[in-house]
Parts: sequence; C-alpha cells; structure tokens
Amino acid sequence: MRYLDKEAIEHIAIGAAFLGTGGGGDPYIGKMMALSAIEKNGPVKLYSVDEIEDEDFFIPAAMMGAPSVLVEKFPRGDEFVKVFQKLAKYIGKEKITGTYPMEAGGVNSMIPIVVAAQLDIPLIDCDGMGRAFPELQMVTFNLDGISATPMAITDEKGNIGIFETIDNKWTERIARSATVEMGASSLVSLYPTTGAQIKKSGVHHIITLSEKIGEIIASKNRNVKDKLHELLQLVSGYELFQGKIVDVIRETKGGFNLGKMNLEGMEVNKNENMKVHFQNENLIAEKNDQVVAMTPDLICLVDYETLLPVTTESLKYGKRVRVIGLPAHEKWRTDKGIETAGPNYFGYDYDYAPIEELVKKVVAEHV
Amino acid sequence: MYKIGIDVGGTNTDAIILDEYSNLVHSVKTPTSVDIKTGIETALRNLLQESNIDKTKISHAMLGTTQCTNAIVERKKLAKVGVIRLGYPATASVLPYTAWPKDMIEKLSGNYALVHGGYEYDGQLLGELDEAEIQTLLEDWREKVDSIAIVGVFSSIKNDQELRVRSIIQEVYGEKFPISCSSLIGSVGLIERENATILNAALCKVIETTTTGFVHALEGEGIFNAKVYLCQNDGTLMSIDYAKQFPILTIACGPTNSIRGASYLAKIKDTMVLDVGGTTSDIGVLQDGFPRESSVAVEVGDIRTNFRMPDIISVGLGGGSIVRVNNGKITVGPDSVGYKISEEALVFGGNTLTTTDIAVRLGLANVGDRSLVAHIDEEFAKEAQLEISFLIEQAIDKMKTSSEDTQLVLVGGGSIIVPDTLRGVSNIVKFENGTVANAIGASIAQISGQYEQIYIYSKEPREISLNDAQEKAVKQAVLAGALAETIELVEVEETPLAYHPENATRLKVKVVGKMG
Repeated sequence: MRYLDKEAIEHIAIGAAFLGTGGGGDPYIGKMMALSAIEKNGPVKLYSVDEIEDEDFFIPAAMMGAPSVLVEKFPRGDEFVKVFQKLAKYIGKEKITGTYPMEAGGVNSMIPIVVAAQLDIPLIDCDGMGRAFPELQMVTFNLDGISATPMAITDEKGNIGIFETIDNKWTERIARSATVEMGASSLVSLYPTTGAQIKKSGVHHIITLSEKIGEIIASKNRNVKDKLHELLQLVSGYELFQGKIVDVIRETKGGFNLGKMNLEGMEVNKNENMKVHFQNENLIAEKNDQVVAMTPDLICLVDYETLLPVTTESLKYGKRVRVIGLPAHEKWRTDKGIETAGPNYFGYDYDYAPIEELVKKVVAEHV
Repeated sequence: MYKIGIDVGGTNTDAIILDEYSNLVHSVKTPTSVDIKTGIETALRNLLQESNIDKTKISHAMLGTTQCTNAIVERKKLAKVGVIRLGYPATASVLPYTAWPKDMIEKLSGNYALVHGGYEYDGQLLGELDEAEIQTLLEDWREKVDSIAIVGVFSSIKNDQELRVRSIIQEVYGEKFPISCSSLIGSVGLIERENATILNAALCKVIETTTTGFVHALEGEGIFNAKVYLCQNDGTLMSIDYAKQFPILTIACGPTNSIRGASYLAKIKDTMVLDVGGTTSDIGVLQDGFPRESSVAVEVGDIRTNFRMPDIISVGLGGGSIVRVNNGKITVGPDSVGYKISEEALVFGGNTLTTTDIAVRLGLANVGDRSLVAHIDEEFAKEAQLEISFLIEQAIDKMKTSSEDTQLVLVGGGSIIVPDTLRGVSNIVKFENGTVANAIGASIAQISGQYEQIYIYSKEPREISLNDAQEKAVKQAVLAGALAETIELVEVEETPLAYHPENATRLKVKVVGKMG
C-alpha cells in the first residue's frame, strides 16, 4: 500500500494519456477533479492486486459521453458516492472494498481517484484495458466472460438507473442512449468484480506504470534521448518513427472520429513516410506502406521534444512527433482479444501480427 | 485630417502620424517609462513638435498598450473579483480559482459562489435561476469585491441567465459597478472561460487608469477633438467604453500591431510575417490582413484561458542574440545582449559575439565598424549563419498549415540578421520604416464585432442561424464604435459537433467596419 499525492496524480495523468493512444480526450478536467478531491479529502491509498482478498468486492467508476460536453458541464462531485451505494445495495453487498479505472487514458484514469478520495476507500492498481478503447465491451473482464451488469448510471441532477442486460454489447447500447438523455455525459459503475476476478482478469500494475511513464516524461533537465531510452525500456516499446505531420484527414461516422494522418520522416527517418489510421484511438501504423504496428498493440504519438502525449484532437500540420509502439497486454493477444479489438473488428483487412514480429521483419528487410 | 498611433512596448514607446491618405508623416521613438504615462507624454510632445502639424486636425488617436498584460504578469493594480458560477449542483467538483497561483488568488480575494442555473448542451434548462440566492450573496459581498465575474454552464449556447444576473447586480450595486459576463469573453470550455472572465474582471482598475491617462495626455498636448481608441489583439480597435468592459482583449495587441503594420507597409494582405527584435522574434500569419487566431488553450500569467488570442510564436533569436561554441557545436541565443547591443556587440567595439556581428562579417548588413569582425573565420560565420537560418526555418514551418512554400514579410530592428533565402520560403519582402510597424499597425486598425454560439440547424435552418449570428456580431461592432453602414462580414467558421445526436454546429462570425 502507498499513498498517491498531487505529484503522483500529475504523473498518472500524463502516463495515462500516453497509454490512451490518442483517445480519451484531454485529461485536464479529470486531473482537476482528482486534484480538487484530494485537496479536500487527503491523499488516496493505492493497493497492489496481491494486497486484496479474493472474496472482497470492488466496483470501477467511469464517465461516459461526449468529451466536448464534459469540458463545459462537469460533475457535482457527490454522484460517485450515490451511484456506488445504489449499486452495492442492489447487488446486496454491504461493503465495497475499493475501486479501480476501466481504462488508462483521458478522463477515466482520474475518476476512480475522485471516488477513492471521497469514499475513503483504496484504489486498486489495475484496470480493464491497459490502454483506451472506445466501447464498453472492449474490456479484459468481458474477454473472460464477466458481465458488465448490473450497472448503475447517474447524472449531476440526481437521476439514477440500474440496468441488467443480456450481454455486454447491449450494455453499451442502452447506456449510450441514457447518457444522451442525461445531457450527453453520465457517471457509470459497471463490471462489479471480486478480488479473485480482478486477480484473474484485470490488467495489473497499470496505475503504477502510468505514474512511472509520467515521471519520466515530466522529468526536468534531461536530454530527450535519455528520457526516451528509459521510457522504451519501461514499456518494452519501439520508437517506430520520427516525423512531422504533413496531412490529417478526418471524418465523423457513427459518433466516432475516424481518420488518418501522414507523417514525413525527419532525422533518422529522413526520406521515409508513415501513415497512422485512427478511430478515436490510433489503430494501425504503416511505415513506407508496410504495417509496423496494429491494434490491440498500442500506437502512441508523443511530442518530438517534450515527449508529452499527443491526442487525436490536437493533431495538426507541422507538429513534430515520435511514434512509439508497444505490445498490448497478453489478454488482448488471445483469439477472443483479437476478435474483440483487433484490426478486423475496426474494419481493417489485416491479420493481426504482434509488433515484435512486425518490427523485426522490417529491420531484417532493411539489412 | 491626421491620425495618431502610439504603441507602448517593453523597451520603446513609438508614436506616428498618418495623414488622411494614410501616408506616414512622422514617427518618433522614446524609451518606455516605468509609469507608462510619462513615456506616452514625451512621445506625443516630440511627435507634435517635430512634425509641426495642426493639432486641431487630429481626428483619431489610437493606443496599443501592454499595461493589462503587465498587470497580470506582475500581479499589480488588480481588482478583488467575486465569481458567480451558474450551474449548481453540476460542476461543483472543480471550484473557481482551482489551479491558480496562490499569490494571484490572494490579490483577487478568492471570493466565489456556486448558484443554481445553467443550460444543457442543447439549450435545455439545467437549473432555474434563484434570484433570492443572488440577492443574499450580493448583501454578503458588499465591500468585499470591486468587480464580479459571471459564468454560466453552456452560456455560449444561451446567455440570458448571465445577463439577468448582471442586471440584478446593477440594481443592487449601481450601474457603474464593473461586471464581466463569460459568454461575451470566452468560448466553450467552462474552466478556461471562467479564468478569462476573472482576469477580465480583475483588470477593471488598470484599464480605467490607462484610458483616462491616455485621454489626459492627449488633452495635455492640446488634442481635444480626437476620437480615442484602444487596440485589441485581433488587429481591430475598441472605443474607450468598450475597452473598459473588455480590457483582456488588449493582451498581445503588440505583436498583432507589428505584423499588421508590416503587411500594410508591404501592401500584402495574406502572408506570413517575421518580426525580429533584439532578443526575440515573433512569427504570425495574416489572413486577409488579420492575424490568424490561436486554436489551443493559452496561458496568461500561468492561468489557463480560452479567450481570443492571435496565433503568434516567439523564438529566442534577435539581433543581439549571443553566438557561442559549446562542445564544438555553434549555438545561437536564446540569451541576448538586448538593448546593450550598441555597447556589447563586436562591431560596436564590445566584447560579445552576436548575430549582428555574423551578419556584418558575411556582408549581409553594414552597421558599426566592419574591421572589428574581419578576424572571424568565414567558415565559422557561415556555420553560425546556418544555425540562425535553421532556427527561423523551424519556426516558420511550425506556423505553416500546408507544405507549400510561403511568402515572408520581414520587419523589426533585428531583421538584418536574416539571410536572403530561407528553406520553405518562396520570397522575402523587406522595406523601410519597418521599425515603427507596430505604431503603424495601431493607427490603421478597424473596428470589429464577433459572435459565437452553438446552433442546431435541424431546428433553426442554416440561413436563419447565420443571419442571427451576423446580427449579433454587428451589434458588438457598433457597440465598439463602428459605423453601421460600413460593416462587412469577414469570417464565418462552422464546426460540426461530432458527438451531438442532432445537427449541431458551432458557428463563429466576425464583422469589421470603419471607425465612426
């Protein structure tokens, strides 16, 4: 067990945005909520997964809805307590031992910190993705057949709903329409889980990993090379490309931001090019027309000089970036994982191949 | 008829006179004084004496000033601001003044209240206004605050609650009490808009002294009949009354004036402009004669805001930048000998190698004593020149929106260090009088009005929405002092909102007109 203070939260916000692979929006509001909550209630306890009991009960907390609404109308702050207590009562559990995030990235890395601070319960060092994905069923707990419901949903006005759905895709559909009625943003508590389930199906150590990533990126007075080297070692990642964004093509379809960006190589990648396809999150990276990384592996864009994560919304001509690829959690590399969030699910006609192999292949051909 | 333009910069106060055909009649430069006012008076006196024009024929006087920026950066002369946020119970998780620097909160008193009110993203009511709640609050705040900032959730969609609260305050505290409404200042993004509104409210005293000081300075020099304006950061002017309501819009008007003045002198309306000073260079882009607006959150005095700001980047490179060798590699800047260049640069007999010395060595410029830099190895000078070019080229590339080569207008006292060709630039335009470009920019400015709102086209068709927005922008322009019959539409920006179930679009309209 250890405590998360303000500095830790600043670092987690940066690291989670990195693991958010371009999606999840700007974590600014989330960070402000988390900082306000610990200012008021004191630092939050972080438990590692092996410190929790199998039979104890945990509920994650997340926000659902449009990032563009969240920047204007954010929560009251005590909804979390209500939705937690409501769901606990419904399930018939008197005690909720702790909470944890659904995904790394954007706002949702920060919401559970608010919940933990307000309820004075610990935060568990795990999540259900190890990165960010756009839909509710793209969660490692779902891969192991754990139900997203019963779930509770609420808004800042005090409306509360409880859903039990026939499968996790229906959870996504029904929760999505309720969210729109609630003013396009809502708070949800779903995938109620036991300690044993977390141990089996969660992505462990993700908060600590986010914090370490953030710590490296935020460290002052060091040269970029050293920082990058340390970062790549930490996440077993590859620097796929150094380049400048020369074109961004976007379209909006079915509530998602689809698009592709073209990068022109610089420094070590002079005279080369890269294309990155995204759907909220970055999904496919092609270097000189050859795929070098694909979902569910992570494709992260960072600022060329500061290494600060670059979100999909902030892409623009002339921005200098480094493209970093890292392997997804092993649960995503199973057949079920690839079926749920692999290239085919997002409509790309590629067979999934792990980043390690793709990078090796490119290097071999080069030599 | 004559126009006077004055630009108060960090180092110099410049003043110029234009005749009725907008030809430059005379210009002067004096050092900026600590109290600002004396510097303005000196510049005015010199300008009038040297040019010897008929004072009664001065019809307009324009002031571009950094006083508001300085007040925020130095935390001086700021008012005590009470913040009323309409939206409770929503938004209580992040309170006003969160993440503000502590010393700034103390200066502003830190008073705030979350009250019932606000709208949803589609214009439906989030909360009803509770007038009794506001009345009680105002009784409590009497004597505690000098100025009030009103911020409503989604007030950029509907601002009638903000305006109602404004009238309640005026009923209780009197007509003259300074009030800032967020819907008139920032765009979507509650915290950033709230911060901008608080800063605007905090500047009410500074703007009062600035405007009365300018009017007194003019009267002191015998100028009584001129219409008086302040420069905004978008290259347009505002009347004194308008400036008193929106002092924050003066922030960053200096670089804007400079790039606009440059484009006026070069007679080019769409171009990139590079203004090279002694320590830094500013790069901006003009579209139809006006600076491109920044699209990201801007920090002012360490406070995150989202009000309109010109998209200008600064590079630590100027005529006084120091050239060094570090581990065998040549570096240029970001430190500079600054205003001491005439003592410290080699060509002026000093001991510091500067970018100006490199330019003189390579024959790009002819200032100071050439023989004092003759000993510099030519290869070395060429390498340093490459580094200078690289810094400029990199900055230019960051400002570009396409990979095509751009035209570049070059101004500023330090512009001699810029070589004749640059990568990514098709041609460079230079000209005389570039050193007072900012004061020229101040005196040629027009008057604008702007309006932004989210419209739902399925309910209010596009044509009707456009007309509504334009009407509201025209009202703003007239309020700012424009002649109604000269106003024309210069900008329409439509952004469809991705997550909206209906056909919702954020519509931004800008109009510009001549001075009344």
